[in-house]
Amino acid sequence: MQIQLKNISKSFAKNQVLHRVDFTLESGEVHALMGENGAGKSTLMKILTGVYTQDEGHVLIDGKETRFKNVKEVEEKGIAFIHQELNIFPNLTVAENLFLGHEEKIGHTGILKTKQMEQKTEEYLAGLGLSVKASKLAGSLSVGQQQMIEIAKALRLQAQVIIMDEPTAALTDREIQILFSLIEKLKKQGVSFVYISHRMEEIFEVCDKITILRDGQYIATKQVKDTTFDEVVYMMVGRSIGDRYPVRSGHKQSDVFLEVKDLTRRGAFENISFHVKKGEILGVAGLMGAGRTEIMKAIFGYESIHSGEIWINGDRVSIRKPSDAIRYGLGFITEDRKSEGLILDFSIQENMVLPILKQFQSLFVISKQREKSFVHKMIKKLNIKTTNETQQVKSLSGGNQQKVVLAKWLGLMPDCLILDEPTRGVDVGAKKEIYSLMQELADQGVAIIVVSSDLPEVLGISDRIMVISEGKVGGFVDKQDATGEKIMNLATGGK
Amino acid sequence: MTAIRERLGNGWKQLGSMIGLVLIVLIVSALNADFLTINNLLNVLRQVSINALIAFGMTFVILTGGIDLSVGSMLALSSAVVAQLMAKGVSFYPALLIGIVAGAIMGAFNGIMITKGKVAPFIATLATLTIFRGFTLVYTDGSPITGMSNDFSFQLFGKGYMFGIPVPVVTMLVVFLFLLFVLKKTVFGRQTYAIGGNEEASILAGIKVDRIKVIIYSISGALSALAGIILISRLNSADPNAGTSYELDAIAAVVLGGTSLSGGKGSIWGTLIGALIIGVLNNGLNLLNVSPFYQLVVKGFVILLAVLIDRKKS
Ligand SMILES: Nc1ncnc2c1ncn2[C@@H]1O[C@H](COP(=O)(O)OP(=O)(O)OP(=O)(O)O)[C@@H](O)[C@H]1O
Ligand SMILES: [Mg+2]
Repeated sequence: MQIQLKNISKSFAKNQVLHRVDFTLESGEVHALMGENGAGKSTLMKILTGVYTQDEGHVLIDGKETRFKNVKEVEEKGIAFIHQELNIFPNLTVAENLFLGHEEKIGHTGILKTKQMEQKTEEYLAGLGLSVKASKLAGSLSVGQQQMIEIAKALRLQAQVIIMDEPTAALTDREIQILFSLIEKLKKQGVSFVYISHRMEEIFEVCDKITILRDGQYIATKQVKDTTFDEVVYMMVGRSIGDRYPVRSGHKQSDVFLEVKDLTRRGAFENISFHVKKGEILGVAGLMGAGRTEIMKAIFGYESIHSGEIWINGDRVSIRKPSDAIRYGLGFITEDRKSEGLILDFSIQENMVLPILKQFQSLFVISKQREKSFVHKMIKKLNIKTTNETQQVKSLSGGNQQKVVLAKWLGLMPDCLILDEPTRGVDVGAKKEIYSLMQELADQGVAIIVVSSDLPEVLGISDRIMVISEGKVGGFVDKQDATGEKIMNLATGGK
Repeated sequence: MTAIRERLGNGWKQLGSMIGLVLIVLIVSALNADFLTINNLLNVLRQVSINALIAFGMTFVILTGGIDLSVGSMLALSSAVVAQLMAKGVSFYPALLIGIVAGAIMGAFNGIMITKGKVAPFIATLATLTIFRGFTLVYTDGSPITGMSNDFSFQLFGKGYMFGIPVPVVTMLVVFLFLLFVLKKTVFGRQTYAIGGNEEASILAGIKVDRIKVIIYSISGALSALAGIILISRLNSADPNAGTSYELDAIAAVVLGGTSLSGGKGSIWGTLIGALIIGVLNNGLNLLNVSPFYQLVVKGFVILLAVLIDRKKS
């Protein structure tokens, strides 16, 4: 199947986000769509699949003009779309999610073949290297596992074209490798892919062609083998960004800020002990589902613990709820921005000031003026692409949403900032900005804990790396002798 | 169209309710000349004030994504307490204060069940609806309390006028302005919306969600008590069955005002307009001599229509 997008333009209100963009997908190719946050990648794919209607231009499928009215039509045509924001129903089981809208029934009775669907589900997931019970509630899975379910949904459709909007943002190396070998296999059968990702290594590993957008403009289409990393970045950003990781200007060793002793929550993690010093960046690596997020949530008082101690600045503290943690100077950027980080119906401004509202209050009244000037400062500092501060965060591009979450916690000026997958879905330029920001904070004496599934990232930014393996501390690695191999070894327990 | 809607932002929803109110006023006044007289309008306002007060508290509750079905029972119990006190010779202001505190305590009980006990708001307040009503019947022995003193301020509270405006209306407007301020300008107000918008994100942002919810259910209780005290002043007696099914009119006012039942979106302005719509409708149907049975039917359809139109817009 060949898909052609010609001259596509699209505006939201007065904000034109696509300007006469062209894009062609041939059968059997893996075609990367690249661009900064807010460049219009997701919007373009949503126009292709009829979620949005273009203001101008044509969608041609095998040369025939097409306009989809609903998801069913798209699926019938053999196109599957894995959205950037997960569409998992947390209160349904894994199998129910997978078969939603395509349930297998006994004849026309409406009686579900639950057992059969669950069995098939487990087969599909096993093919993706994931062993979870199909009867488990999807909400109880990690974001990464939920992402794999989304991928399995597309596979089940046996689509001819699969659009993946940042499929690997929540995945760790192992799952990514499984995904890639799957893509290779399907490609040989003539299936084509649109692949959107901000992880440059992946693009060069799995894609054949790259189309680049910048600010809604079509820039170029290149064969992967004819281009370089730097050239792609240059075309995306419009300038050179230099090294991917800012140079760490040798951090000063200082006092321990946070120390965790024998933290245990049965069934999730056991005997977790570690510390982080003021001004240190501690990376936390591990496989999907190793328990990293749960540990961080427990430290922040959002999940209970069965035993263990938390010490801050040399004093033992009791953190029962997030507001306690905040009082002790902790900040926590959660991994799932949609359900835990943002209030989607709120504006950028309202989201950003949420933890620090009291700072803008004088005599019970929130000063809108002070609030606004803080928000403007943050929008500028983090380079957030938006029309203005009253824009609802749900209409921001994914990467810009992530920046809003970041801004929210920076305002609190924490002594220790925990970041769980802070660059998920963030473009190269913005990633570097976030890294620089982390260093800047560390240089000011903030203790930083950064959980990341992006191995090159952990290696690039951490002073020290803690590896979590199946709910236990697998080991620590210093920056000097950290390699990807060493970390993977610790993460898998040598398996 | 989208541009207009964007600019109006949150105001759009209120605009809808406003247009609804104006339409109903136009229709009623066209059908009956008596409607648009000062006297009748003041009468409408006085009738509206009781429901509006309860609905204001309900707005806070619904904004957090909850519901309070026990308002009518809280009204009955706290007003019975006030009536009893006054019958025993306690003067009005201390009795008023005790009544409001009693309402707030009942509301706090709801709030604690919902937050600490993790009972769904619908269930928790459904249970206390019966519990508080039961206590009222026990307390009053099932018969109305009368024989309250002729305390001047007590009589004024439900029946008096201030600068030509009925005192209950003044009370309602003062409460309205205060809550409008709280919701729009204060940290508490912003946190109320935040909880309804995304409770998890709110907890993680350090908002003391449980505490705020308990306060909000207490406000609902206190305002129900206040409404109840206006009622006993007007009727000169406290009926143990007072306030039965008042929760329905209150919820209707909130919904007609464009507040979303799933929380996070809405306004106290809208609720005032919603309460006015119901009040005008009641009054208009009375003036037009529509039988009370049909009145119920009409009211129900208006609510459905309003929500349907609202659906279409978004
Ligand atoms: N429903 C909407 N309403 C208003 N503006 C929107 C809407 N959807 C997208 N936009 C705007 O369109 C622009 C392009 O967004 P899009 O989501 O396509 O970016 P993207 O390239 O996918 O970015 P990212 O890499 O961050 O996912 C952004 O500026 C965004 O704010
Ligand atoms: Mg996108």
